[in-house]
Amino acid sequence: MIVPSTIKARFSGFLGPSSGPVGPGLGDRELDGKLGGGFRTGALHEVFPAAPGDEAAASGFALVLARRMLDPRKWLFWVRQDFSALENGDIHAAGLLELGVDPGRVLTVHASDALGALRASAEGLDCKGVGAVLMEAWGKPNVFDLVASRRLMLAAQQSGIAVIALHFGMLPHPSAAETRWLIATAVSPSGENWGRPLFDASLVRNRHGGCGRWIMEWDPDNAIFQTHPERLAAAPPHRPSEAAMEGIRQAG
Amino acid sequence: MVPGIAVIRANEKADARLLESIAAWCERYTPFVALDPPHGLFLDISGAAHLFGGEQAMLREVAHAIAAQDFSVCVALAGTAEAARALSHYRPGTIAQAGEEAEAVARLPTEALAADPSIIHALKRAGLKTIGQVAGRNRHELAARFGGAFLAMLDRTLGRNGGPITPRLPVPDLMVERRFAEPVVAGPVIAETLFSLGRSLASVLEGRGQGARILQAIFFRADGEVRRIAVETARPTRDPDIFARLFHERLDALSDPLDPGFGFDLIRISADLAQDVQAGTASLDSGAYDDEVVALIDRLAARFGGHRVAVFMPQDTHIPEAEAVAVPAQHAGAPKNPWRTKRRNGEAPRRPLRLFAKPEPIDVLSEVPDGPPLRFRWRRMLHNVARAEGPERIAMEWWRHQEPQPTRDYFRIEDEKGRRFWLYRDGIYAREMAHPRWYVHGLFA
Repeated sequence: MIVPSTIKARFSGFLGPSSGPVGPGLGDRELDGKLGGGFRTGALHEVFPAAPGDEAAASGFALVLARRMLDPRKWLFWVRQDFSALENGDIHAAGLLELGVDPGRVLTVHASDALGALRASAEGLDCKGVGAVLMEAWGKPNVFDLVASRRLMLAAQQSGIAVIALHFGMLPHPSAAETRWLIATAVSPSGENWGRPLFDASLVRNRHGGCGRWIMEWDPDNAIFQTHPERLAAAPPHRPSEAAMEGIRQAG
Repeated sequence: MVPGIAVIRANEKADARLLESIAAWCERYTPFVALDPPHGLFLDISGAAHLFGGEQAMLREVAHAIAAQDFSVCVALAGTAEAARALSHYRPGTIAQAGEEAEAVARLPTEALAADPSIIHALKRAGLKTIGQVAGRNRHELAARFGGAFLAMLDRTLGRNGGPITPRLPVPDLMVERRFAEPVVAGPVIAETLFSLGRSLASVLEGRGQGARILQAIFFRADGEVRRIAVETARPTRDPDIFARLFHERLDALSDPLDPGFGFDLIRISADLAQDVQAGTASLDSGAYDDEVVALIDRLAARFGGHRVAVFMPQDTHIPEAEAVAVPAQHAGAPKNPWRTKRRNGEAPRRPLRLFAKPEPIDVLSEVPDGPPLRFRWRRMLHNVARAEGPERIAMEWWRHQEPQPTRDYFRIEDEKGRRFWLYRDGIYAREMAHPRWYVHGLFA
C-alpha cells in the first residue's frame, strides 16, 4: 500500500511517541529500555508470524503479551476470524490455562470477516471490563490499512487498553502501531523439560527506540518473560522470507 | 362452455405464504392472530376493540384496510371463533352480540359448519339444511353418529364453550406501540420512536419488578410489509439506553436493511420474555467489572449474533476436544467444573493453544511401533522430529458410543525448527488395528 507522505506527516502529529501509559515491563532490561520503560497499554501493537508455520508461536506470543498487560480483575477479549480458526486451529481453553491465562475470564467473538473483526475490537475497547484486546485477523491489507490502524490506536489511547493485532496471511505494511513483532519458534534447549513456550522475537518497529531480537521464554507460573541472550547466537538468522510469503500475498 | 377462459393452476404454497403475510400484517390489531387455512384468519380482539373506536368501527377498519390492498375480504365478529367464521362466510359484516350467536347462525346453511365434507353431506341427506335444524337434533344422536369432536365444534359455532384461539406466534409478555397518522420514513424519527417506546416498556417492567431477556421491535409498513427485529440480553434488563443501543447495533448490522418503503404506520416493541430481576445475581463469574462485560456481550450478540460471542466452560471429561467448550456467552451459567491444569509448576504445557476442530491426517514416513513418528508430512511440508514425549493414552468414553472407538495415543512433538505439535495415533498397534492412522490435533505456542 502506498501512503502519501503528507498523510504520514499529519498522522505523526497525533500519534507522538508519548502515547499510552507505560505498562509492566517484559522482563529484560535492554528490551524494556528500548520500549521506553515497558510495554505500553493504551496502544496498538502488531504481531506477525515470521514465516508460514510460525502462526501458533505468534498466537502464543500475542496471548502472553496480552496476559502481561492484563489487570487480573478484567477480561481478555479475543476476536478471531473464522477463517483463521480453520487454518490455524481454534483457541483451545485448556491450552490457555497451560499458558497461565484464566480461560474463565476470556471472552471470544467469532467474526466472519475482517470488517467484523475491526468493529468487534473497537466495541471491546469501549468496555471498562476488558483489560486487553487481541484481534486475530486474516489477510485483507486493504481493510487493515493505515486508517483502520490509526482508529484502533486512537481508541486504545482513549480507553487505556492495549490492542494486540495478530495478523496472519498478510505482510507487514504501514500502520499506526507502536510496536511490531515478528515471531518465530525457537528450538527448545536439550533436557528433560523441553517444550516451554519459547519465542524467537524480532522487534522490527518501535516508536520509542531501537529494534532488536531476543529469545524469550514465557514462564506461565509467574506470568513473566525470561530472555536468553546466550541462545541468540545459536539461533539461525531469520528475516521474513519474501519468497515464503509471496504466495500468501498473492492470495490475500 | 367459455372458450376464452384462461386457466391458472392454483399455487397452494404461495397462497399459504400470502395468508401468513396477511396474518403478520393483522398483528397490528392484536397479537392473537391464528390461521384458518386455506384463506381465513382469526383475530382475538378481546380488550382491543376500544382502541379502534368500538367493535363496529374496528370491523369496518379491518375490512377496509385489507380491501385497500386489493384483497376481497368478508368479516364478522362473534363470541367464538367458529361462530365468527360461519357468519363471515355466509353473512359478512355481522356482529353477533354475546349470547346471541346461536340465534345469528341458526338460519345459516349446514355448509357453514367447519366440518368434514362427508359430515355435511350426511347431514343434508338427513334433511338438515340449516345449522338451526342440526342444533335441534338430539345431542346423543349427533355424538353417536358424528363423534364428540363434531358436537364440540357445533357448540362453539352456537357460541357455547368458546376457548381461546391458538395464536400463530407466541404472544409477548408485554408490549408497547405507537401508531402514526402519517407513515414515518426518516431514520431519526424511527430511532427516537424506538427509544421512547423502550422507555415506556422499561417503566412497565420496572412496575412489575421485571426485566426483558428477549425484545422484539416490529415495524408495520403501510403497504402491508412487516419486519421483526429481535435482540437478546444475558440478564433481565430494563434500561432504555441499553434497549436503544441493542436495537441500534442490530439494525446497523442487518445484511438486508430495514426498508421503510412508503413509511411505517405502526412501530411496536414487545418483551417476548420478561423475567424477574433479582438484585445481585450474576450468571458469569462475579467480579467488579462483570456488569460492563455483560453489556458488551449483549451489544456484540445484537450485532454479530448470539452464537458468535462465546466464553469457555470446563467439562468433566478427558476427551481433548470436549474438555473445554466455547458456549454462547449470553446463555452461559456459572461453570460447574473447576479448571484444572495438566502440567505441574515449571513444566511445559501439556495441552496445545490451538486445536483443530477436525484433526488433520498426516503421513508418517518412518516410525517405530508404539513410538512417536520420526518424520511426518503435514500440509505438504516435511517435518523431522527432534523431540517427542508420549504416549499419553486417552481412551474414548465407551459408554457414549455404539461402536467401539479406537484409543488415541498422544505425543508432544518438536520438529527441527522448534515447531511444536500435538499428534496422535488413532488406535493401538496390532491390538486394535494393523495400520493406525496419524493425525495432528493441535499446535503448541
